[in-house]
Amino acid sequence: MVFLQLFWVFFKIGLFGFGGGYTMVSMIRMEVVDGYGWMTAGEYADLLAMSQMTPGPISINTATFVGFTQGGILGSVIATLSLCLPSIILMSFVIALFFKHKESPYVKKPMAVMTPVVAGLIISAAVMMCDKESFTSVLSYVIFGVTVVAHYFFKVNPILLIILSGIAGWLWGLC
Amino acid sequence: MLVLKLFWEFFKIGAFTFGGGYAMISMVKTALVDKRKWLSEDEFWECITLAQSLPGVFAINMALYTGFKICGKSGAALAMAGAALPSVIIIVLIASFIQNINGLKTVKDIFAGIRPCVIALILVPGLTMLKKAKLDKRTFWIPILACLAVCLLGISPVYLIIVAIIAGIILAKYALRNS
Repeated sequence: MVFLQLFWVFFKIGLFGFGGGYTMVSMIRMEVVDGYGWMTAGEYADLLAMSQMTPGPISINTATFVGFTQGGILGSVIATLSLCLPSIILMSFVIALFFKHKESPYVKKPMAVMTPVVAGLIISAAVMMCDKESFTSVLSYVIFGVTVVAHYFFKVNPILLIILSGIAGWLWGLC
Repeated sequence: MLVLKLFWEFFKIGAFTFGGGYAMISMVKTALVDKRKWLSEDEFWECITLAQSLPGVFAINMALYTGFKICGKSGAALAMAGAALPSVIIIVLIASFIQNINGLKTVKDIFAGIRPCVIALILVPGLTMLKKAKLDKRTFWIPILACLAVCLLGISPVYLIIVAIIAGIILAKYALRNS
């Protein structure tokens, strides 16, 4: 039953996946290419490139793609929901623990330590994306600088900034 | 209807997220905190810390926690649906009609523009969160160390979160004993 297999693969990844989309994507590869042999490594690489180019969280995109290739629209819905399910289950526990004992030092202190760690993790995600593929021309540096200033100091809407950056990249390519 | 507005905000964000869930942080903050004022800044960063500290898709966790804070269980469900639905719709369409969008030059050019913008959009909330963490002389090294551990040593964030939780529990014990 391919639907059960899809459910199981993505439920596991949703439960043990950690540290952002890129780690999850390599876990998905292990299951889909090495484990079930649903596609070749090359096909998975193409699928991954498409997942990065389409909007939405990368792991959700990859799950939808894999689900679609294996079981059509129903397959993609099952894969995506299975990936989200562990988060939903965990959330009900965390809400019971966290929001009820919010004033306890056993919640407050760990949160106080975790906040700067998470800030460091988010910054590290940005740092690790800074490679030659992301900074291809002068335009890349201009877009980066303008976005930081526009968003940090002037709170310009990020969606608008993404649209403008896309248009700028398109026009630059035409010249 | 608050839940429907919440769904719509996340749907828009889902449709414009490029480069992974972290790129969503600044969009969610702009929509929920700055524009709609459904959450305070502190509540928002609390949700981000929780979303990052738990397994699962970061973007989905973020939608679940902010959605729950704003509107309870139905808020969590609809925020999650809003964040995931654009992906599903767009990918089913692409997979049905187009074999390979990577080859198109226009698509490449557009992404060359979007990529540095996304990096900036991830960096800015990271910096804002640093300010919120109210670091002092004793704690300023924590985010630097976390960042270096991941970037240079390739340490999985899981271990950093676990260490942070244990350190927090020890601090809490210590504080309770002294009070």
